[in-house]
Amino acid sequence: MARLGPFAILVALLAFLAAGCGGSSGSSASGTTTAAASCDKGDLNLVKSGTLTVGTDNPAYPPWFGGDPKSPWKVSYPPSGEGFEGAVATAVAKKLGFAKNEMTWIVVPFNTSFAPGPKKFDFNINEISYTPARAKVVDFSSSYYDVNQSVVGLKSQPIAKATSTADLKPYKLGAQLGTTSYDYIVKTIKPSQKPAVFDTNDAAVQALKNKQIDGLVVDLPTAFYVTAAQVPNSAIIGQFPTSGTPEHFGMVLQKGNSLTKCVDDALAQLRSSGQLAQIQQKWLAKAAGAPVLK
Amino acid sequence: MITNAPGWSEVRRTFFDWGQFKASMPEIARAFLLNVKIFLIAEVFILVFALLIAVMRSLPGPAFFPLRAIAIVYADFFRGVPTILVIAVLGFGAPGLQLQSVPLSTTFWGIVSLVLVYTAYVSEVYRAGIESVHPSQEAAARSLGLNRWQSLRFVVLPQAVRRVVPPLLNDFIGLQKDTALVGVLGSVEAFKQSQIDTAATFNYTPYLAAAVLFVALTIPLARFTDWLIARDRRRRQTARVA
Repeated sequence: MARLGPFAILVALLAFLAAGCGGSSGSSASGTTTAAASCDKGDLNLVKSGTLTVGTDNPAYPPWFGGDPKSPWKVSYPPSGEGFEGAVATAVAKKLGFAKNEMTWIVVPFNTSFAPGPKKFDFNINEISYTPARAKVVDFSSSYYDVNQSVVGLKSQPIAKATSTADLKPYKLGAQLGTTSYDYIVKTIKPSQKPAVFDTNDAAVQALKNKQIDGLVVDLPTAFYVTAAQVPNSAIIGQFPTSGTPEHFGMVLQKGNSLTKCVDDALAQLRSSGQLAQIQQKWLAKAAGAPVLK
Repeated sequence: MITNAPGWSEVRRTFFDWGQFKASMPEIARAFLLNVKIFLIAEVFILVFALLIAVMRSLPGPAFFPLRAIAIVYADFFRGVPTILVIAVLGFGAPGLQLQSVPLSTTFWGIVSLVLVYTAYVSEVYRAGIESVHPSQEAAARSLGLNRWQSLRFVVLPQAVRRVVPPLLNDFIGLQKDTALVGVLGSVEAFKQSQIDTAATFNYTPYLAAAVLFVALTIPLARFTDWLIARDRRRRQTARVA
C-alpha cells in the first residue's frame, strides 16, 4: 500500500486538474452554438467585437507573410497584409467587412492553434493542413491552398542525389512535431532510421544546417524559403507526388463556431472571382517548379 | 467524488483512455530506453566530476585560491542557468560551429549538458558532506603521519560520501526526470514520443503512459533512499549507545 500511495495521489491530482479544465471548455462551447447564423458584420461571432482577431505563429515566414518586421513580429509583419497567407486573410477580412486596420493579429504557436478548447482568435492562418483528427476538435475553413510535401537537403550530402521516395529511406529525416510532414515520413517514406522530431520548424531547420539530420520534410512553399534564405547550400531534393485526395491548408476556427460558414462564403467568393488564384500567382508562383520524386 | 464531478467522462476519455494507453505504450517504452541510457551514462560522469569540483573547493590556503575560484564560479554558473537553456545552446550551438572534431549527435550533447548542470548541484552535496566531517578527524589523520592527500582519501572522503548518499540519490532522481529535456534537440525520448502520439490524436493518455514509466523508475529509488536513511540513522544510534 505504501508503494501505491504517491501514485494514487498523482492520479487524483491529474483528475482534479482535468475536471476543472473539462468543465470550463464544455460551457464555453455550448455558448458559441447559440450565436447568430447571419454573416452581416454586426452579427458575426467575434472574440472581441469591432475587430477581427487573426492568429499565426511568430516568426511569420515568407512566402506566407511579408513586410518589414515590427515588434513583436520577427522576419515579416503579418498586419502588412503581404505574403500569401497575409493577403488571403486580409481579402477574407475585407469580404467580412473588416478593413486592414480593423484586424488584430496575435501570436499563436503552431501546435496550440489546432488543439481542443476555447480560442483567443477568430480564425488562425498558419499553413495548417486539414486532417480528420484535427477536424474533430476544431473547425476548418474550406481549402485556400492545395499543398505538396517536399524534402530539403544540403547539396554537399549524399541525400541530394535521391530521385525517388525509396531513395530517401536510408537517411535521417526530420520534421516539426504534430505536422502532416511528420506523418508523411512515418506513413509514406518509412525511413530505416527513426526520424528526429522538433518542437518548432526553426529547430528542425537548425538541425539541417548542423547536419544533425540529412533531410527536412516541409510543405513545398516553406521549402523554397528554407533553401533561399535560411540554409546556405541547401536544395529542394524534390516534392512528393500527390496521391489520393490532395493535402490542403484551411483556416482554423473554434469548433462549432458560426463564423466558419462566413469564412467559407468569403473564400468561395474569392475563388469564383479569381482573386484567390491571383494572390497565389503573386506570392507562390515559384512553388510550381520543384522536381517530383518518383 | 471525482468520478461524479461534471465532465468526468470527458476527463476519462482524454486522460485515461485504456485503449490509447495500450496502443501508445510500446513505442513510448522503447523511446524511454533512450532516457535510461542518457541518465545512466550521465550519472557516472556526474559522480566523478562533482567529487573533483567539491575537493577543489575544499582545498585550504591561498596557494589553492585559483582552483577554489574556478570551482565556485562553475557551481554558481551552472546552478543558476536553466537546464533547457544549456541543452539548447550546446545541442544546437556546438554542432553549428561545423568543426570537424565536434560530434553532431544530439544525444551526446544532451548528456554533456546534463553532466555540466548536475555536476554543479552534486558538487555542493559532496561539499556539504566534506564539511560535515569534524576537523579533528583530519588533524588525527595528519598526526598519524598521513599526508594531506592521504587523509582526504582514506579518512575524510569515506565518511563524507557515506553521509551524503541519500541527497545524491535525490539528485539522481532529478536527473532521470530532466532527461526529458533532451527532447528539444529532436531526439525522440519518452516525453517526445508521447507528444507525437498526443499531437496525432488530441488524446492526452500517452502523456500519462510516459509519466507511469518515469514514476515506475523513480519510486523504487525513492523507497531505497528512505531505507538507506533509516539504516544510517539506526547505525549511528547504536554506535552512540555503544
